[in-house]
Amino acid sequence: MRSILFRSALKRGASTAIRSFSSESAPERKVAILGAAGGIGQPLALLMKLNPLVSTLSLYDIMGTPGVAADVSHINTRAQVAGFVGDDQLGDALKGADVVIIPAGVPRKPGMTRDDLFNINAGIVKGLCTAIAKHCPGALVNMISNPVNSTVPIAAEVFKKAGTYDEKKLFGVTTLDVVRAKTFYAGKGKVPVESVNVPVVGGHAGITILPLFSQATPAANALGAEDIKALTKRTQDGGTEVVEAKAGKGSATLSMAYAGAVFADACLKGLNGVPDVVECSFVQSTVTELPFFASKVRLGKNGVEEVLGLGPLSDFEKEGLEALKPELKASIEKGIKFANEN
Amino acid sequence: MQSSSERIARIASHLHPPSSQMEETSLLGRSGCRAKGGTPGFKVAILGAAGGIGQPLAMLMKMNPLVSVLHLYDVVNTPGVTADLSHMNTGAVVRGFLGQAQLDNALTGIDLVIIPAGVPRKPGMTRDDLFNINAGIVRTLCEGVTRCCPNAIVNLISNPVNSTVPIAAEVFKKAGTYNPRRLLGVTTLDVARANTFVAEVLGLDPRNVNIPVVGGHAGVTILPLLSQATPPSSFTPEEVAYLTERIQNGGTEVVEAKAGTGSATLSMAYAAAQFADACLRGLRGDAGIVECSYVASQVTELPFFASSVRLGRGGVEEFLPLGPLNEFERAGLEKAKKELTESIHKGVSFIKS
Repeated sequence: MRSILFRSALKRGASTAIRSFSSESAPERKVAILGAAGGIGQPLALLMKLNPLVSTLSLYDIMGTPGVAADVSHINTRAQVAGFVGDDQLGDALKGADVVIIPAGVPRKPGMTRDDLFNINAGIVKGLCTAIAKHCPGALVNMISNPVNSTVPIAAEVFKKAGTYDEKKLFGVTTLDVVRAKTFYAGKGKVPVESVNVPVVGGHAGITILPLFSQATPAANALGAEDIKALTKRTQDGGTEVVEAKAGKGSATLSMAYAGAVFADACLKGLNGVPDVVECSFVQSTVTELPFFASKVRLGKNGVEEVLGLGPLSDFEKEGLEALKPELKASIEKGIKFANEN
Repeated sequence: MQSSSERIARIASHLHPPSSQMEETSLLGRSGCRAKGGTPGFKVAILGAAGGIGQPLAMLMKMNPLVSVLHLYDVVNTPGVTADLSHMNTGAVVRGFLGQAQLDNALTGIDLVIIPAGVPRKPGMTRDDLFNINAGIVRTLCEGVTRCCPNAIVNLISNPVNSTVPIAAEVFKKAGTYNPRRLLGVTTLDVARANTFVAEVLGLDPRNVNIPVVGGHAGVTILPLLSQATPPSSFTPEEVAYLTERIQNGGTEVVEAKAGTGSATLSMAYAAAQFADACLRGLRGDAGIVECSYVASQVTELPFFASSVRLGRGGVEEFLPLGPLNEFERAGLEKAKKELTESIHKGVSFIKS
C-alpha cells in the first residue's frame, strides 16, 4: 500500500490540508456519509463523488470504509475522498461537514415493517447524532435510517439535549416516495416521467406516506378514482415491493441512493444560494398538529427557509391525512420516548 | 419545484457533456429488431447486473437519458435489482432476466452489451488468476450475443480483459458474426486513475487533466503516456516512476484496501458508464468522441492493443496515432507487448483448443 508520506511529498506545492482548485467557482462543501460501506451507502458515495458541488467527501462506517474510500477515490472528479472506520474516527469524519447523510442501520426482511427495525436502528442513530452535535452541530442532517418517522424525532431530542438543535437543519429523507409516486403516475397516466411532479406528504412508512395525486402535473385526465387508489397504495408499499423482490437479500439500495443523492444535491444548492429549491422532506412542522410532518419545503442557506403548506386536498386525500395521523403520532412519540430513556 | 430532469441532469452531467452539434437531432434509432421501450434511445443490456460492478453500473445506466431500454441479466438476484431500479423516475424501461435460460431474451434487440460478469480478485491474485473461471463465463455470454444481437457494440469488463477480448473475438469468428470495430475492452478506469493520480501530483482538478493510457489492462501492460498529458506537463523521474507504478497497480491498491471483500466496483461502474455513454453518443452520430479502449488493432504488431480511438455509428471508426513516446515509455511499451502477447495467445487458445 502506497506510503502516505511519499505520496504527499510528491504533491507539488500543495499541503496535505484541504485544497481548493483555482479553476473552481462553486463553494467548498464537505459531505459526510455515515454508513458509507452499506448497501445504500456505497452507491450513494459513488453519486456524491460524481456531484461537482462536493469538494470533500467523508465516508464513515464501522467497517469496510477503507476499501470503499480507496475505490471511490480513483474517480477523476472534484471531491477529495477520505475513509474513516470505527467509533474513534467518527469525529474526524464529521469535522467541518456541511451536510451529513445517514443511511446507517439494518434493512428490512420480507414480512417486516420499518418499525420492526426500531430497536437496532434507534441506538445507531442516537450514537451518530451525539457525535454530530459534538463535531458539526451546524450541518444539515439528511436522515435515511429507518424508521424515519421515529429516527428524526430521536435526532431532534439528541440535539436538544446537546443544546445544538436547529429545526431548520434536520431532514427525514422522503425523496424515494416522491420518486416512486412520479414513476408510478407516469406509467399509469402515460405521461413522460421526466416531466412529472407529485408532492408526497405525511411520513415515510406505509399509510403515513400520502401522495397528493390531485396536485400532480402534468394532469393525466384518464386516471379515475380506482387508479388513484391503486397508485396511492403502490406508492405506500413501494419499499415492501422491493423487499419482497429481493427475497431476504435486502431492501431498496440503488433507488434509495439515487433519491438520497437528489435530496443532498438540493441541500447543497440551497446552501450555495440557488433560489427556489423545493423538495418534500420530513421536518419539524406546524402544517398539522403533529410536531413532525413531511411536506414541500424551500431550502436555502439556513436549511429549511420555508415550510410550504399542503395545498388543496381531494376528499380521498383528506381521508388519507386523517388516517395517517395516529400512526405517525405514535411513531414520533416512540422516537422521543426512546431518546429520553436511553 | 425544480424539474426532476434538471436534477438528474445535474447529477448525471458528467455522463453526457453537451454535444454542440448533435444535441437536438433525433438520429437515435437504428434499423433492425427493437425491444419495446418508452422514449427514443438505445437498448442496453448488462450481463452480470447483480454483481458488485453490475449493480452500481445498472443504476448509472438507468440514469442515462440516452438509454430507452435497460436489460439486466445475471444468474442470481436480478428480480430484486430490477424492482429496485424500476422505481427510479427516469425514462429507461428496466427488465430483469434470471438464469441462463433467459440469456437470449435479455439480448434480443440490444444495441450495446456491457459485460462485467465474473469473479473479482482477492489480495495476492493477478487478473490472470481469474482466467479459468471468467474465460468460460465470457464464452457463454458471447455465444448469446452471436445468436441474438450479433451487430451490437460489446463493452467487455470481465477480467483478464487482455485475454477475454481475444476470447470474445474467437467466439464471434466461429459464429461468423465478428466485427472487430464493435468489440471493445474497457480500459477507462486506467485513464480515470491516471487523471486522478496525475492531478493529485500537479495540484490540479482531476476534471482538467487527461492522460492517454495505452497497451492493455493489467499491471505492466497498462502504459500511461505522461509525456502526452493535458495540460502539457513535465515530470521529474521520481514522479514518473511513482505515477506509472501507481496507475499500473491501481486495481491492486483497491483489492488490498478491500482486504478480501472484493475489487474496484464503484469506480469501475463509473468508468464503464462513462465508456458506454461515449459508445452511445458515437452510435447517435456525435462527432469527436475519442476514448482509449482495448480493441483489434494495427497500431502495433499485436492483434489487440489499447489506444485512443474515435467512436461512431460503426463502433471504432478511426485509430488515432500513438504519438511520440519518450525513452521511458518506449521501454515500457516493449515490456507491455511481451506480456500482452502471452495474454492474447492464452485467450485465443482457450477457444481454439
